[in-house]
Amino acid sequence: MEKSKYKQIVANHTPKENRLYNSLISFIVGGAMGIIGQLLIEAYSYYFSIPTAYASTFMIITLIFIGCLFTGLGFFDKWVNFAKCGLIIPITGFAHAMMSAAMEYRKEGLVTGLGSNMFKLAGSVIIFGVVSAYIFGLLRILVIGG
Amino acid sequence: MIYLNAFIFCGIICLIGQIILDNTKLTPGHITTLFVVVGAFLDSFDIYDKIVLWAGGGSLVPITSFGHLLIHGAMDTVNNFGIMGLFMGMFDLTSSGIVAAITFSFILSFIFQPRD
Repeated sequence: MEKSKYKQIVANHTPKENRLYNSLISFIVGGAMGIIGQLLIEAYSYYFSIPTAYASTFMIITLIFIGCLFTGLGFFDKWVNFAKCGLIIPITGFAHAMMSAAMEYRKEGLVTGLGSNMFKLAGSVIIFGVVSAYIFGLLRILVIGG
Repeated sequence: MIYLNAFIFCGIICLIGQIILDNTKLTPGHITTLFVVVGAFLDSFDIYDKIVLWAGGGSLVPITSFGHLLIHGAMDTVNNFGIMGLFMGMFDLTSSGIVAAITFSFILSFIFQPRD
């Protein structure tokens, strides 16, 4: 069979996802995550009476803990399948990626499994973030001067 | 009012990610990486700071804030130490998030078993 024909048959039988529905769900869930973040920042800065900058750090730590815990309990995967980018783009997606890799590779041993594979999914975020921040920082020094 | 701004900004970031995910062959890993680079780019020219003032927590929850914090910490040390400061302050503001993610997932992976 020709390759192009085969590709066409595969494309016909791939289940079609409702793109409008997906976008709407991820918009609403992502927006709700933003509201939760803002609520946590205001709650922390009110109850601990700390500046907003520190409260936002506390908020990020809280969200990462929630992401790790819910991934461990097993129902975060279903939520991600439902909301897709609504939960992947917020910082919970980063926690989800690290926690999934940690749980998956732990049975292969502590050092060779858990230690060397924990960043398997989330490492690209840190690596590309650092490299791009370095290049953009150099550009900024050259253009604006610090 | 800031809650509405947070909802709109965070929602639009997720919406853009979903549109890219649905219409291209990129995986979620590609998209989060792309958004970190976009966040670092926006903060290099002080655009993201204005968004943070406008949207508050809504701009700190998406992964773009990770790139923003990376370059923000680097620029703080650049002001004091010159070009060598780029190497010194990169993780100043993001260290809390990375340390939290590593320790929580390390400890919790002993408690919970993967299920499929």
